[in-house]
Amino acid sequence: MTIQDIQNDIIDEFSMFDNWEERYQYMIDLGKTLPLIDEQYKTDDHLIKGCQSKVWVHANMENNKVVFTADSDAIITKGVIAILIRVFSNQKPSEIIEANTDFIDEIGLKEHLSPNRANGLVSMIKQLKMYAIAYQTQLN
Amino acid sequence: MFPIENIRKDFPILSRKVHGKPLVYLDNGATSQTPIQVIDTIVDYYTNYNANIHRGVHTLSQEATDKYEEARHKIQAHFNAKHAHEIIMTSGTTESINLVAHGFASLLNEGDEVLVSALEHHSNIVPWQMLCEKTGAVLKVIPMNDEGELVMAEYDKLLSDKTKLVFVNHISNAIGTINPIKEIIDKAHKVDAAVLIDGAQACPHVKPDVQALDVDFYVVSAHKMCGPTGVGMLYGKEAWLNKLPPYQGGGEMIAEVTFEKTTYADLPHKFEAGTPNICGGIAFGAAIDYLNTIGFDNIETYEHELLEYATKNLLEIEGLKIYGPSNSALKNKTSVISFNLEGIHPYDVGTILDKLGIAVRTGHHCAQPIMDYFKIPGTVRASFAFYNTKKEVDALVAGVKKAKMMLE
Repeated sequence: MTIQDIQNDIIDEFSMFDNWEERYQYMIDLGKTLPLIDEQYKTDDHLIKGCQSKVWVHANMENNKVVFTADSDAIITKGVIAILIRVFSNQKPSEIIEANTDFIDEIGLKEHLSPNRANGLVSMIKQLKMYAIAYQTQLN
Repeated sequence: MFPIENIRKDFPILSRKVHGKPLVYLDNGATSQTPIQVIDTIVDYYTNYNANIHRGVHTLSQEATDKYEEARHKIQAHFNAKHAHEIIMTSGTTESINLVAHGFASLLNEGDEVLVSALEHHSNIVPWQMLCEKTGAVLKVIPMNDEGELVMAEYDKLLSDKTKLVFVNHISNAIGTINPIKEIIDKAHKVDAAVLIDGAQACPHVKPDVQALDVDFYVVSAHKMCGPTGVGMLYGKEAWLNKLPPYQGGGEMIAEVTFEKTTYADLPHKFEAGTPNICGGIAFGAAIDYLNTIGFDNIETYEHELLEYATKNLLEIEGLKIYGPSNSALKNKTSVISFNLEGIHPYDVGTILDKLGIAVRTGHHCAQPIMDYFKIPGTVRASFAFYNTKKEVDALVAGVKKAKMMLE
């Protein structure tokens, strides 16, 4: 599936929620159930320090696609990460570089990507793109 | 009876909604809301007499200068400073602290010691670290205990003839501890050390008397006490302010300038280079008037009731832990409650509370050393002002219960 297809799927799924509580409960459940990162990568090397919550990101290349894993110490942040990983992981570097995160507005989670939140997510998206650029350079 | 209904009418923002729900504003430790009396002062300034001060012959400039200096006198009277020129108008607490730290760079020698409390905001740690790096002085920390109180026996041991400066906040922004500043000041003076008290969190709740305290420097921000952002005060004893060199060069702070030599203006202008925040200063005066109309005794009594009520009700939630003093009737604590739910990240609780229209602060509150002490990433902090109500406390308690239910 392309990044755009996945984003459209997510928008469809979120349109079924009637209110913020359902949206947040869904994200909290996502955050709770998903093992997102191998414990060995939860080190300072992979840490993005937000003022509010911590985020760890790891990347590797498999079959010319970038596979991301990430995690956070805050569960709602982790839920947003789960959604972002679903979109960005297992894609070609060039597509990750091109992709945007406008779909986050449409599913009502815009505030989580505001720098004011200082939750590490804005830096995390930058980091995903940086990894993609690095792997793209390798492919070239 | 505390006229809470009338007071709330003074604050237009309190009637707005957030996410469709009535705003419950419990982030007063970060900034206080602004009453209509202060807003009107700001509008009046820009509508009727906006002009640069201390240098015009025209009427508007004279009116603005008179109002600005009147504000300085109000601040002087409020803090009971001996002279109006001991009140330096700054951009806020942070600038006030940096001004003093900058000044002491020329007064400290290698091996001198400066003491800072374990309860400080980063703004009362970093400037002193920079000062120590510059001068070779040594920064030492007055430790705290599990109740979030300073260990005074350790303070006694740290004091010596090497001690030149002591920096302590009047009230901790992170956990609300009221520090025994009079005792700290008296003991420091016995070894001839100067004391700077950071009053940013204290001044919305209490009215300090700088002469009775015999404090050398006392600093505040207007925006924590119903005034606007970007303005604050440095109080310094005249003798100290004369001893410190100017902080910034520019207009307003000079007596005479030639290319060979500049002589500096007298206090307070020596420390007030450039055009100040004129409107902000005047509005700061209006905020002080407003708070004094309500009366600090009334504010203290009412806020303490809110603190006790909120503490009791929050502690009924299973797994909720409050950080900071919890001893005899919360006597040495102001209306700040810093807490966590067991096993739940404070950011998550804050996010759910925001969705319910409740504004709290989450995180380390710019006081990482305190969080490190308790080995936590941060807390949820509800900080109450005199315009908050028990009904709002109920909304907070219900919100925390809901967050717990969703997150557990």
